[in-house]
Amino acid sequence: MRFIRRHVLTVYAVLAFAYLLVPIGIVILFSFNDPAGRFNYTWQGFTFDHWRNWDGVPGLRDAMVLSIEIALLASLLATILGTLIALALVRYGFRGRGATNLLIFLPMSTPEIVLGASLLALFINLKVFLGFTTILIAHIMFCISYVVVTVKARLIGFDRSLEEAAMDLGANEWTTFRKVTLPLIAPAILAGALLSFALSVDDFVITYFNSGSEITFPLFVWGAARVGAPPQVNVMGTLIFLFALTLMVVNVLVTMRREARAQA
Amino acid sequence: MGFLHRHAWLTPYLLLAPGLAWLAVFFLVPLGFLAYQSLESGSFDVGYAFDWAWGNYWDGIDRYREQLLRSLVYAALATGIALAISYPLAYWIAFRGGRWKSLLLILIIAPFFVTYLIRTLAWQTILADQGFIVGLLRDVGILGDGGRLLATSTAVVAGITYNFLPFMALPLYVSLEQIDQRLIEAAEDLYASKVQAFLRVTLPLSLPGVVAGTLLTFIPAAGDFINAELLGTPKQSMIGNVIQSKFLELADYPAAASLSFTLMAVILVLIAIYARAIGTEKLTG
Repeated sequence: MRFIRRHVLTVYAVLAFAYLLVPIGIVILFSFNDPAGRFNYTWQGFTFDHWRNWDGVPGLRDAMVLSIEIALLASLLATILGTLIALALVRYGFRGRGATNLLIFLPMSTPEIVLGASLLALFINLKVFLGFTTILIAHIMFCISYVVVTVKARLIGFDRSLEEAAMDLGANEWTTFRKVTLPLIAPAILAGALLSFALSVDDFVITYFNSGSEITFPLFVWGAARVGAPPQVNVMGTLIFLFALTLMVVNVLVTMRREARAQA
Repeated sequence: MGFLHRHAWLTPYLLLAPGLAWLAVFFLVPLGFLAYQSLESGSFDVGYAFDWAWGNYWDGIDRYREQLLRSLVYAALATGIALAISYPLAYWIAFRGGRWKSLLLILIIAPFFVTYLIRTLAWQTILADQGFIVGLLRDVGILGDGGRLLATSTAVVAGITYNFLPFMALPLYVSLEQIDQRLIEAAEDLYASKVQAFLRVTLPLSLPGVVAGTLLTFIPAAGDFINAELLGTPKQSMIGNVIQSKFLELADYPAAASLSFTLMAVILVLIAIYARAIGTEKLTG
């Protein structure tokens, strides 16, 4: 009986994994499709053409470049602002902690469409020109909370005796922070930055409201989807997927090895 | 450094200031502007003016009751299905994953590595009329000869479920993984059956994950408009579609703004009811 139950669960898990992964497989597969018409829906035949000719669709490369520029800037700034907040929250007692936590939590629990619409309401009323800057402002805004949560988690599990040891050995606060604290929380800061980058590159809704005439990669896909998205979109999607997957797998493997070594 | 030493109490505020200022100016203040706009009246041609037009709210609820309800029903269905798919999966990884746990976890969040819109387009392909699944369902007789999946409620709910499923699975995994296995063994030593041990030990201990996952899935699902737009027809349109088109296509800002707040209010009320029903005592164990 136990044997059967164990296998029922495993079969279920395998099916669930299939459900999660098949659509990804389709995205990759259709980057090699040779569609007969405008629509890349049915499998027609295998070709490398779209990979070779990845830049063959007007506007696609510019959109991708814009997305990356914004994601780099947004993740850099959001990581700095978010890390400072996390440090204050974990390290210091101060009045207004509850309100601060609420302000961090609220953007994450507000539907994206409301975030996008409210920012647009601000920009319309102040007659701000929509474009690169407004997209960047929006992306930094919705990334900050995620950085705070990520870095905070690491700081809470932090062994403060290491810092005390540094101080005992004569290091001042700033040196201790630079030489002890920062290296120890660096992985969490990096994780926050990567998460921000991913959120920014992928964001459609908030960007859609605040982009003016600028076109990021998700906006390009949106426009293309109306008239039939070209296979090059799948090529880009596949590249982004492989890039993120590699980063994650490497990260996990490094952690696993470090843990194995710590146990040995 | 001298100034800071004399005023050490200032340090946390200095650390907080830039980030919180950003959130205040670009999150709170915009919500204020949205609220202001929701009470304006007029038209795009003549211009809008603020005059406490509470009527916008009642008009919106009255005219778009159907879309509002549909959003909640779709979001609830997607959340329920996501829970049903994720719980056993998260359980399996947490208790049977062994040393491969972290790598298996990557497979759960893998859909997030594909651009949101592209993975929704992949569902267009999967559910297309010429596709494998529609063909199979027609052969088996579940779908009639002209039956289709794309452009139906099923397609929209399927898309929403898929797109937000990792939000459900991750917190579930985290709470299941933290459970001390010895508690389950203790229950079994005390003659609880496997099912009893699950119902009275594992399930209650994983409830915080269920709550977090439900909220993280339901909130974005209720506000979504992309799945309804790409996988459905106007017959499946959700409140997000209405807000989006009012704001960006019709420039009917007061209507769009008031509907946004109605959506937020409805979500908050539902969360409150849900939190009540689950009970805070149960959450803390």
